[in-house]
Amino acid sequence: MTQLPALQDLLPLLPELLLACGAMLMLMVGAAIGERSSAVVNGWCVIIFALAAAALLWLPRGPHAMFGGSFLVDDYARFLKVLTLIGSGGALILSLDYLTFEKQQKFEYGALFLLATLGMLMLISASDLIALYLGLELMSLPLYVIAASNRENARSTEAGLKYFVLGALSSGMLLYGASLIYGFTGTINFAGIAKATQNGASIGLIFGLVFLFVGFCFKISAVPFHMWTPDVYEGAPTPVTAFFAAAPKVAAIAIFARATVVAFPGITHQWQQIVVFVSIASMALGAFAAIGQRNIKRLMAYSSIGHMGYALVGLAAGTPEGVQGVLVYMSIYVAMTLGTFAVILSMRRDGRYVENIGDLAGLARTHPTMAFFLGVLLFSLAGIPPLAGFFAKFYVFLAAIKAGLFTLAVIGVLSSVVGAYYYLAIVKIMYFDEPAKGFEPMPTLLRLVLGVSGLINILFFVYPAPLLGAATVAAKSLF
Amino acid sequence: MNWPILSVVTFLPLFGALLVALFVRGNERWARGTARWIALWATLVTFAISLVMVWRFDGGSPEFQFVEKYNWLGIASYHMGVDGISLPFVILTTALMPICILASWTAIQTRVKEYMIAFLVLETLMVGTFSALDLVLFYLFFEGGLIPMFLIIGVWGGPRRVYASFKFFLYTLLGSVLMLLAIMAMYWQAGTTDIAVLLRHGFPIGLQKWAWFAFFASFAVKMPMWPVHTWLPDAHVEAPTAGSVILAAILLKMGGYGFLRFSLPMFPAASHEFGPLIFTLSVVAIVYTSLVALMQEDVKKLIAYSSVAHMGFVTMGIFAATTQGIAGGIFQMISHGIVSGALFLCVGVVYDRMHTREIAAYGGLVNRMPLYAFVFMVFTLANVGLPGTSGFIGEFLSLIGTFKVNIPVATLATLGVILSAAYALWLYRKMIFGNLKPSLEGIRDIGWRECVIFAPLVVLTILFGVAPKPVLDMSAASVAQLLENYNHAISAAKTATLMAQ
Repeated sequence: MTQLPALQDLLPLLPELLLACGAMLMLMVGAAIGERSSAVVNGWCVIIFALAAAALLWLPRGPHAMFGGSFLVDDYARFLKVLTLIGSGGALILSLDYLTFEKQQKFEYGALFLLATLGMLMLISASDLIALYLGLELMSLPLYVIAASNRENARSTEAGLKYFVLGALSSGMLLYGASLIYGFTGTINFAGIAKATQNGASIGLIFGLVFLFVGFCFKISAVPFHMWTPDVYEGAPTPVTAFFAAAPKVAAIAIFARATVVAFPGITHQWQQIVVFVSIASMALGAFAAIGQRNIKRLMAYSSIGHMGYALVGLAAGTPEGVQGVLVYMSIYVAMTLGTFAVILSMRRDGRYVENIGDLAGLARTHPTMAFFLGVLLFSLAGIPPLAGFFAKFYVFLAAIKAGLFTLAVIGVLSSVVGAYYYLAIVKIMYFDEPAKGFEPMPTLLRLVLGVSGLINILFFVYPAPLLGAATVAAKSLF
Repeated sequence: MNWPILSVVTFLPLFGALLVALFVRGNERWARGTARWIALWATLVTFAISLVMVWRFDGGSPEFQFVEKYNWLGIASYHMGVDGISLPFVILTTALMPICILASWTAIQTRVKEYMIAFLVLETLMVGTFSALDLVLFYLFFEGGLIPMFLIIGVWGGPRRVYASFKFFLYTLLGSVLMLLAIMAMYWQAGTTDIAVLLRHGFPIGLQKWAWFAFFASFAVKMPMWPVHTWLPDAHVEAPTAGSVILAAILLKMGGYGFLRFSLPMFPAASHEFGPLIFTLSVVAIVYTSLVALMQEDVKKLIAYSSVAHMGFVTMGIFAATTQGIAGGIFQMISHGIVSGALFLCVGVVYDRMHTREIAAYGGLVNRMPLYAFVFMVFTLANVGLPGTSGFIGEFLSLIGTFKVNIPVATLATLGVILSAAYALWLYRKMIFGNLKPSLEGIRDIGWRECVIFAPLVVLTILFGVAPKPVLDMSAASVAQLLENYNHAISAAKTATLMAQ
């Protein structure tokens, strides 16, 4: 009799359970049948992502606090979990063709995606420091492995190792910060910390906060903890890069926002300074450093550093509007990123992948549709209206202006002009230059991802209400 | 009769672009022809419908008409409408588009389909800019226009097209992002982005000054005013003929329209305070760029610099904030839209034949192209501002309007009229008169298609020169209301200062 209610209590955990059980099942199937099952297993992993997302949407909304309040399922978590699942699922769909083509089909690949995503979901729901660390590590460990999944390739191995060493260092810092915070407040619960810091904080606690932020900034690759990003993006297999760009950043920025807004509302002024600095540095570095890049994956790395800077503009405001801005930004960012990587994964010529921006020359004439959609995505990344990327920037800056962060806003929009330069440079190569040899025809799945993401970016302005409404509701649940 | 006529005018070209994009494919020759015809019909029908708007427009009312309003972003709404200030620009846009399509009929032979799509999308964005009644919506259209224009210059432009297109895009974007921040600050202050509401809002003086500068940054670049005009000559020289026409005739007017729609009525106190700054920049633009125009060796560059000078009259007239000044500013913009557009078309005619824009390469064209010489003469004289042409009315009114508030500025600006006669007539003499250059022996006079293009422009130039009343009447009520509110706000601000003392 006692078991039934206990199971029902676990119901809000259904998406996580689906991912966990799915990952184990897939591993067992893979181990039992062997390598030839890989393609099927990876395909099934996509379905598990879809099931988890469906479960999320199907479950009753209301906030559920589980495991003594350390795991919180609220509207905020729901929104970001759906987004993370879309990011992960999208990246896995992008992988399928690549794995077959490169003869890299391994059944562990999909299972690692599932496990990493499980960590992300836990991270998003975490509402105390232990759950936070647990989620963070569960997310990171599979990521280290997938980064190095192409074992024979020196650059992939290097990427994995680099990511691991730096990631472990940042985890250590985060843990150190967490223990300082615990030491000074006597609690690990976010709500408890908020209570303890409502009348200001001691210098020790601020130290703890800074170390905590170091860990977050590393995960979202914000300046000055961005150094790993270009190398890992370039070295990792391309679909893995897409995964890194799309999913973990959503989860990391989710917990970043939750931890700062929920646990430290009493010392907003203190953390705001840090976020403003990190945001400005990321936007500026992302804009300037990308200009010189020749490799499109490295370029995307700098571009994503810049984008994290813009998302942090919303967080810096520290208001419901700001968090709403972050959520809208991340949603559109995921859409833009997946579409762009669909194109990068189609850059295949003479039986091998190419990664130089120059290889896109004259794409408008050899593959007009692909060029059109990539052009849309690039203008959207640059934040030119009426494309979705403009609205992403619009909402974060709107919040910053309301919060009175004028310097941040002005520097932000100016660096978006600098950033526009390198996106335009790619458009120029595609549209103005003489055609190079065409690519091989684009695989159907990639076409699908590119088409969906391109259409979302073009048509967002026609009917923005659903996303904006959901983001408003989600942001409110934090305050 | 309650169909959303304004939205139809705005989005019909976009629909045409979709038709071209989705259904024109296959046989290269057939695709080219079909794309041209669809684009021509789409623009012609749009123009016809916009004429219906003129017919149904109530010129006696200063209110926004053909208003449509739907919920859109939550903070911003889809709010469209025109008044006497914006309607002339909408008509100018819809009228020039078919001409641009016709002017590109044979000049553009590569990637015709994409070219037509870019122009149709651009038309939607331009009409939208002039008829948006919500700041965010306005910004959307205003900035969105950069994308097609960037592609038009970059894909179909001249040898230095990459440099010109980047300069155009980044310059304009840089000005506009600051305006975006000001829009946000205005939203938080007033609680809405609805232009009709904001026009009556009355912003505090501190915000007015910052917001005025932010809007100024955007519109001054777009206009373009000295010293941020340097993108214009490059963009004009490299753009294909129709691109130059649109750039000179319509995109530049967005700056002037912005000053009239936002800066003057929404920030009256700031406009009053910074009026001298505008006067200075305008006079420098009029005199200095006219002198620069005298030195040009490239026809298009010369006309580009003359555009900057003529826009100087517009800003001067607008910020004089008198009935004649503003009416003159609007009229000058419409007239310049027709005249400079036509001048670029004239350049296009000889460029299509000789593939050079150097003034020195031409001479004695009147011997081979008498009809062309006549057309070119009409527009040259209108550019100079000869009485009897539309150019005269605009310059004259804005000079009178300025004379009432600032005599030295008006006097210096009058120098510009003389200088414009100098460079325009010099250009005409060099190209049309003198001995026929041997290389020009075989040049043909303008054909029937080119006659169709030029005929309406010649007629309008002279018609507006002798009977400017229709245009002036259309905007009179709106201008009167604008000025009434403006003067009211200025005197209120003055009283407030006196009270404080």
